[in-house]
Amino acid sequence: MFYREAGDFKVSYKDDSQTFPIAFDRFRYYAVIAVAFLIIPFVINDYWANAVFVPFLIYAIAAIGLNILTGYCGQVSLGTGGFMACGAYACYKLMTAFPDVNIMIHVLISGGITAAVVTLFGLPSLRIKGFYLAVATLAAQFFLIWLFNKVSWFYNYSASGQINAPDRFVAGVQVTGPETEAWAKYLICLVFVVGCAWLARNLTRGSVGRKWMAIRDMDIAAEIIGVNPLTTKLSAFAISGFFVGISGALFFAVYLGSAEAGDSFGITKSFLVLFMIIIGGLGSIFGSFAGAAFMVLLPVLLKNVLVGGLGWDTALAAHLEFVIVGGLIVFFLIVEPHGLARLWLLTKEKLRLWPFPH
Amino acid sequence: MKKLMTTSVLAMMVAGPVAADLVFPSLSYRTGPFAAGGIPFADGYADYFTLLNERDGGIGGVMANVIECETAYNTEKGVECYESTKDQGALVYQPLSTGITYQLIPKAEADGIPLHTMGYGRTSAKNGTVFRHTFNYPVNYWDGASVGVQHFLDQSGGSLEGKKITLLHFNGAYGKEPIPTLEALSEKHGFELNTIAIDYPGQEQKSQWLQIRRERPDYVLFWGWGVMNQVAVQEAANIRFPMENFMGIWWSGSENDVIPAGDAATGYKALAFHNVGTDYPIFDDIQQYVVDAGKAAGAGDQIGTVLYNRGMYAAFLAAEAAKDAQAASGQAEITPAAMRDAMEALEITAAEMEAAGIPNFGPEFAVSCENHGGDGLAGVAQWDASAGTWSLIDDFRPADADVVGPLIMADSMAFAEENGITPGCS
Repeated sequence: MFYREAGDFKVSYKDDSQTFPIAFDRFRYYAVIAVAFLIIPFVINDYWANAVFVPFLIYAIAAIGLNILTGYCGQVSLGTGGFMACGAYACYKLMTAFPDVNIMIHVLISGGITAAVVTLFGLPSLRIKGFYLAVATLAAQFFLIWLFNKVSWFYNYSASGQINAPDRFVAGVQVTGPETEAWAKYLICLVFVVGCAWLARNLTRGSVGRKWMAIRDMDIAAEIIGVNPLTTKLSAFAISGFFVGISGALFFAVYLGSAEAGDSFGITKSFLVLFMIIIGGLGSIFGSFAGAAFMVLLPVLLKNVLVGGLGWDTALAAHLEFVIVGGLIVFFLIVEPHGLARLWLLTKEKLRLWPFPH
Repeated sequence: MKKLMTTSVLAMMVAGPVAADLVFPSLSYRTGPFAAGGIPFADGYADYFTLLNERDGGIGGVMANVIECETAYNTEKGVECYESTKDQGALVYQPLSTGITYQLIPKAEADGIPLHTMGYGRTSAKNGTVFRHTFNYPVNYWDGASVGVQHFLDQSGGSLEGKKITLLHFNGAYGKEPIPTLEALSEKHGFELNTIAIDYPGQEQKSQWLQIRRERPDYVLFWGWGVMNQVAVQEAANIRFPMENFMGIWWSGSENDVIPAGDAATGYKALAFHNVGTDYPIFDDIQQYVVDAGKAAGAGDQIGTVLYNRGMYAAFLAAEAAKDAQAASGQAEITPAAMRDAMEALEITAAEMEAAGIPNFGPEFAVSCENHGGDGLAGVAQWDASAGTWSLIDDFRPADADVVGPLIMADSMAFAEENGITPGCS
């Protein structure tokens, strides 16, 4: 009944190769975008922005970034936390050095700087792969955190090593700093998320993305058919770094407002983003969103249900939260090893035939 | 997206009701690598308010409501906790984490809710003309560093010339705080300062202690928290570092930190800004009204430990400020703004401590707009493993104001300039 192609005739190649070829899917997408831009900003409050939407959107960008590298190009990375820190510190240095420049430009440049750094750390991928590459990126994680802690230039020589985001405005509306309205925080993140997702989706279905997937599926075969591993792998690292850098910059400037390398961007962050794409689905943009939603929203939901709703002891609830989230991860991976994105795809297939499956 | 929607709706349905009490949120951490420190503090904080509710019928006739929220010492969860509790009438926040404190200083300022960071957080918040809603009385890290050095000064007969002091610290905002003070003090007293960082969570400190063994410092100051404390004490024992020359900040001086090292920990020192032990009338009341009534927070096994006492002391200071606010406004229900004003005018006298059942528990102090940090008195406690007790060996004494004062001024003014704040008291 839903998601049917019947009667949906394509008369041009352009129509045929659009992102959402099925009309129902396309309208659902428009509806989601409309709700996100036109309804949520008017009803959002501080709690919803700071505890739910802003972290979800920012992690979604990070997950898209890592998905490009790991899901599409097959290069495992455990350095996401360090790379996010790179974006955050780049953004901080830019914000304090050039206070008159628009913050959106700073965020984009931070993405660019991170892309350069990630490309540098991606160089070993030309010689090593799999677990060995994971260890090399792990080294990047520890090195970057150490660097941001050690060199006080990065935090403008402040006594504590914390970086604090100064107040910045976009078109007269404050987007960073404590007085920021919830909707402004939400909207700036949403703009970046939509931009990033759109860019990522179009990159991955074009020639760049096909090259990445060729390398992922079998690098020797890819090389034989004329895919250059050097440019392909490094472009994946660079573009992934660009997204991760943007997410790190937003994470620091818009979401937290103050950050510290070891505390906010430690190894746990790398694992968190990696879990997001594994649970969401490797090699899927939707999967990045689903994984981010799962890992960000589920703990908040469980906390609200167990502590706020049932009045349980906070420590018990916190421990149970680990058990439930862990259990669900195992459950999902057993039932559907390809992640939530695959589950969603199967649901769509079922919905197409429903209610007459034969 | 669909999933997001359902989640949203569900979470909205289960959001807690708005209470009409005096709300004291407790951003606690009973899980994670710092739980050993977080649990006793949270228990003490909650038990004191339970005692006031059970024994006195609340504060000025209004029940105190402690809303506990688990942060696991994680800044993101701290933000979530802050946002979820601030609309429930929160009077004062005590995050017990320097990272979360830095996070909340500007937010609390914008929302007009006072923040009390007792013996932690941003040291320069002592300058209340810049940090209007942040309080760090009765003492801060720079006072601690200064008093620690003074103690070493006494110990080595009045001069530290040519001595070596090593600061072993947590590699984060918390551990880096004392460095500027110690650098200034090293110039003043002529000792050589080395800093050695321990990365989170600090279960492995072999290389740091190897470095200490090589450098042979005369004294080691230690800024650690959670599991890294016990590891450090154990490692110090392993290299046979003289324990009387090894001193922790007040967050590195609880029973949890020294018991694992056994007898070898005897002589380990820690700074303190309140008294230790259970020799106070309040503990009888806690036993009667809280423990025996089955209302003790957590497992109820932490009563009387150093950090439990500290949580209780934090609750005592908050309750006293709330009482003052009630007296000043003439109303039993107070607002965060009234609470802030009362905290700024807070004066803790011996009589008040006596009345609360904790005579001579801490030094007397007064807060003012220019001085949100109290008088900065700190003492030194020492561990005796055979008796299993901490005891104060050095009386509460003031920090070196000539060194700490200008540093606080410089740092707070830098913050004011960065954020466009005009210092003032109105």
